Amino acid sequence: MENTHNIELVDFPILVRKYKTTLTKKYMNRKFYTAPNPNEIKSHIPGTVVKIYVKEGQKVKLGKKIMTLEAMKMVNEIVMPFDGTIEKIFVKEGEKIPKGVVMIEISE
Amino acid sequence: MSLKRHILDLRRRKQKVEKGGGETAIEKQAAMGKMTARERILYLLDDKSFSEYDLFVEHEGRDFGMDKKELHGDGVIIGTGTIYGSSVCIFAQDFTVAGGSLGLMHARKITKIMDHALKMRVPLIGINDSGGARIQEGVNSLAGYGEIFYRNTIASGVIPQISVILGPCAGGAVYSPALTDFVFVVDQISKMFITGPNVIKTVLGEEISMEDLGGARIHAEITGNAHFFAHSEQECFEQIKKLITFIPWHNDQKAKPFPPRDPKFEKNIEDIIPSDPRQPYDVRDVIKAIADDSDFFEIQELFAPNIVIGFGRMSGKTVGFVANQPLVLAGVLDCDSSDKAARFIRYCNAFDIPIITLEDMPGYLPGVDQEHAGVIRHGAKVLYAYSEATVPKITVILRKAYGGGYIAMNSRHLGADFMFAWPTAEIAVMGPEGAASIIFKKEIEEAIDPVKMKAIKVQEYIDRFANPYVAASKGYIDSVIEPKDTRAILLHALEVSSTKTELRPEKKHGIPPF
Repeated sequence: MENTHNIELVDFPILVRKYKTTLTKKYMNRKFYTAPNPNEIKSHIPGTVVKIYVKEGQKVKLGKKIMTLEAMKMVNEIVMPFDGTIEKIFVKEGEKIPKGVVMIEISE
Repeated sequence: MSLKRHILDLRRRKQKVEKGGGETAIEKQAAMGKMTARERILYLLDDKSFSEYDLFVEHEGRDFGMDKKELHGDGVIIGTGTIYGSSVCIFAQDFTVAGGSLGLMHARKITKIMDHALKMRVPLIGINDSGGARIQEGVNSLAGYGEIFYRNTIASGVIPQISVILGPCAGGAVYSPALTDFVFVVDQISKMFITGPNVIKTVLGEEISMEDLGGARIHAEITGNAHFFAHSEQECFEQIKKLITFIPWHNDQKAKPFPPRDPKFEKNIEDIIPSDPRQPYDVRDVIKAIADDSDFFEIQELFAPNIVIGFGRMSGKTVGFVANQPLVLAGVLDCDSSDKAARFIRYCNAFDIPIITLEDMPGYLPGVDQEHAGVIRHGAKVLYAYSEATVPKITVILRKAYGGGYIAMNSRHLGADFMFAWPTAEIAVMGPEGAASIIFKKEIEEAIDPVKMKAIKVQEYIDRFANPYVAASKGYIDSVIEPKDTRAILLHALEVSSTKTELRPEKKHGIPPF
């Protein structure tokens, strides 16, 4: 920002008009939105996978416990959101995972 | 004992305690590139002005073998002194004594000097360099933090409170700086976080360095927790001294006036702004072309740089500038820039500093991330802060003033005392292209050559609305002015606002959208 003469300008659209300006690091690193996929069970909080109660290919009823995720000294029970099948399990018991990771893929 | 021996005894005691944690600990501090607590105080204050209290305070820890330990001054130095001849209260945590950890007596020393600052109506400067709570003292150390936070809050808006982070400041300790008015950080030295990298790793499995988690640059650029970023402790102290010259000593007093000076800006103010509203420029050049001596002291320069805030002087008196910055993100309002501007406006109002707003913005930043981050709630803070402020409020619309942004940036409708506009101003609901394609949708769609028709209609809209005269015809703008007259007109407006009195309904406090 010290020397404004050598700054590379980009086109930045606000509504229909494009403005010549610069972008901030924070803006460039922002998270892009993706629509939630109901068939993906993601970690809503970072933590440790304590127990997985289901196997791939297993049919599971709505509301049944499928795994335990311990995070922030709280034991979170993850339950099946609808009647369906466990397609793929991406995590192992004892694994530490960050927030937003797809843990289990399911289908109706 | 003779008197002489008593005096020698006192000197010996002082000498011992003034060494803090002793030679080895001091060497370690120096190896980290840090000054000692005492060196910092002496560097910042006027020569020979420091007067120390509670030098002989000892800690209260009785458990875990702490009763056998001697902690000089209990890890913090407190006292009074002067900066440029005016009194301040100061405390500095001494990392060489038990890592500057906060126990009960350590906290009592800090709250003592805070109480003093508030009673005497002088600024409080706190230098933070501490490993955190002294675990051995348990809940007593938590009590200590709580008593500090309470005083920070009570003193808020009465006396200036300045926090300087010169080492670690972690866990509960971060909340005292967060409650104060200005936070100073130094690259590679300051570290602030609620939970450190080790805890994050063991609990959550996320690996991150201390610098990337809560280093100076992170707080200056990303979180906005810090207001001033320096490369060395010395530079940081110079910044504090400069800030001190701009602000009033307490909320019932004006900042010390300086001799009035003309701007020394070389460029012609008329050459700064490109007439094409899509081209950027550095709005700080406009401020420099207006302010005394072209001296603009920017706050939070690296955080949300799409809005510029800071102090300058007009005819020797401090004013606060709030300006959209077209050079970054086209000068939009977003969550961060709204927070930044709103807090500064409230600071100015609390300390009776007139606000000059320079407006050139295309609107709010579109995007899912912004909407989900609560741009409604954050943006509302700007409306609240301007509407609430009773200090003189003057706006100059330089170029674009579209839609909600026009209202938010201290419009007449929010209680601006004076509204000026340059002839380049465009005051409209939205940019001409957007407006024309909505208003003339049918004509454009039905035309033989829709592209040509749109261009015609856009031009029609520009001619009719993209100017300051429609707003001026309603009295929303008081005066359309030539750029070269801006300083003179602002000086006059400030002069006639100097006796401004505006009453508000009596209340405990409002409920701003925090």
